[in-house]
Amino acid sequence: MSAASETLVEVRDLKVHFPITRGVLFDRVVGHVKAVDGVDLKIPRGKTYGLVGESGCGKSTLGRALLQLTPVTEGTVTFDGTELTTLRGEALRAMRRRMQMIFQDPLSSLDPRQNVESILVEGLAAHGIGGDRAERRKLIGETLDAVGLPRWALSRYPHEFSGGQRQRIGIARALVVGPELIVADEPVSALDVSIQAQVINLLQELQDSLHLTYLVIAHDLAVVRHISDIVGVMYLGALVEEASSDDLYREPLHPYTKALMSAVPVPDPDVEDRRERILLAGDLPSPANPPSGCRFHTRCPWAQPTRCAQERPALREVGETGHRVACHWAEEIAAGRIRPHEVRVELVRPEGDVDVPVLPVDSVALP
Amino acid sequence: MALLEVSDLSVVFARRGQREVRAVDGVTFSVDSGEVVGLVGESGCGKSVTSLAVMGLLPKRGVRVSGQAVFDGMDLLRLDARAMRDVRGQDIAMIFQDPLTSLNPVVPIGVQVTEVLTRHRGLKGDAAAKEAAELLDRVGIPDPRRRLKEYPHQLSGGMRQRALIAMAVACRPRLLIADEPTTALDVTIQAQILELLKDLVRESGTALIMITHDLGVVAGMCDTINVLYAGKVVETAGRRDLFARPRHPYTVGLLGSIPRLDTVRGERLTPIRGSVRDVLPWAEGCAFAPRCDRRVDDCLNGPPDLVPVNGRGHEHRCVNPVPPEAVPTREQVEEMV
Repeated sequence: MSAASETLVEVRDLKVHFPITRGVLFDRVVGHVKAVDGVDLKIPRGKTYGLVGESGCGKSTLGRALLQLTPVTEGTVTFDGTELTTLRGEALRAMRRRMQMIFQDPLSSLDPRQNVESILVEGLAAHGIGGDRAERRKLIGETLDAVGLPRWALSRYPHEFSGGQRQRIGIARALVVGPELIVADEPVSALDVSIQAQVINLLQELQDSLHLTYLVIAHDLAVVRHISDIVGVMYLGALVEEASSDDLYREPLHPYTKALMSAVPVPDPDVEDRRERILLAGDLPSPANPPSGCRFHTRCPWAQPTRCAQERPALREVGETGHRVACHWAEEIAAGRIRPHEVRVELVRPEGDVDVPVLPVDSVALP
Repeated sequence: MALLEVSDLSVVFARRGQREVRAVDGVTFSVDSGEVVGLVGESGCGKSVTSLAVMGLLPKRGVRVSGQAVFDGMDLLRLDARAMRDVRGQDIAMIFQDPLTSLNPVVPIGVQVTEVLTRHRGLKGDAAAKEAAELLDRVGIPDPRRRLKEYPHQLSGGMRQRALIAMAVACRPRLLIADEPTTALDVTIQAQILELLKDLVRESGTALIMITHDLGVVAGMCDTINVLYAGKVVETAGRRDLFARPRHPYTVGLLGSIPRLDTVRGERLTPIRGSVRDVLPWAEGCAFAPRCDRRVDDCLNGPPDLVPVNGRGHEHRCVNPVPPEAVPTREQVEEMV
């Protein structure tokens, strides 16, 4: 992460809150799910920014909000000098040509009744790229070559392809309009292991040849680390740590990152036997009712009686390499001055169960 | 004689008017008490069908199962439905991938757990409820008494999977089959569940069959690993042998396809060509041949046999296996980068 690299996308204090409504005839807002709650990040041009976190941490919402596919509650997204959050209508539509998305499940993100040619032509037509039929054909042909699909694919329908090929169609759909930024939301998690590697390599080759900028959103730390230059770790709507890929994996500073990395299984029995696991207690708290102070303090083995529960830590820079971490005690933990302790499990309700009536324990008899 | 010995198990799906599909093709493996055996492979390799066949959970119509699955002296494939019901839940239990679809959504957790206790251990009323609460407590569900009255949708994914495990271990089964038990879960929750399964094996000497696509999970859990491809075991080995000296090109290819967290960040992965769809019927030759870089003419002369590698049970099904020295050791990989 060199300071000289030019920033393509800058996100400042981004917040996306979804209202929770109740009521039969009239919806009344009873609360908000704070899916993204104050995220700052910069994506340098030509680089890959990897966003990791567990389900419900807001990583997908962040990606969608960045492309203005989800209304932003607060904050700004600047793309190559243009403020996106205030753009409306035609101006926003025109910007979309420069930023495209690749989705997780290629089968559900491609229209089953459109053949591949129609899928690819649609984007070109919408943005008025390529004047006549012949020129569009040429563009589409080049895109197919780039993603490694044969020409006969044009007249076929999505169901006729295997999972890996479908994801290639999804990538071709995004590429054909010539974008600069590609947001890839779990691009390989629906694919088999041997196919994952093909798609990961393809994404890297395309980046090299077309100078693309990626925001890769994934839950698999090994995949994210492999393709990213910078990695941001999200927990309950906020970044808890951000560093260059190598720095982050060499020395994770945030307790959550440490736990996450120690939980990833490694395909090597020797490593598996030797490594120390940091087992987190309990589940992710509900984003509708996040814990006070540091959001991780309810599960953190390093949580301290002071500050953690009261004061929300800011994402601050530690050292000179641009390593940022949101933990009050990062230095003390790294130096070993604070030792991990036992954490009591708190029960977490799945989302949407904000006020489930809990019957008194003795009022229901088991059969 | 091991606790469960599966030999030459084949499952053929035959529907009138449709091509027969041989999902499992002569699979042989065994598992003993206190042992964890892994069945690994990609989608469609037959790993789940193998377990369903052993549990007698495949539909009767349109399916032909052959071979043997001898559990404690009796062949499970030849038991009648009534006898099988006594074995299931009592001696052999299963954990499925998606806890929300394998729990009944309109029945409280407590009723679902006590059902097993009533059916197999004859516990009723308070005794059953007490035992159920103890089971939930044992698998790490906080405040178990209260949880018993709740419905599956009120629990998080990790807690649901724990409830499912509690049901599976309710009768202290001698064999547990876990089919992708952590695939639907986040990594930190996955680590909790895997730790729980390891404890169960360690404490009660349960035999565990672990079905997964994740080589990382098997590396940490399994004593013996069977790699499946297109319905056949293509390589079987102890976990150390398999990861240090894989011989079958498919195993080597799988290991080369996954980015790893613990090594220096390399440039490119080495994927396997094509997709699982490009298979050859085993009768004609090696099913992996169309995707294999080490293919020779011999690969197309009928199905290759399992070849023993050493005295420790390492076997592979390949006519042109990867030489052991061709797979770089960890130290060599680190030096190269």
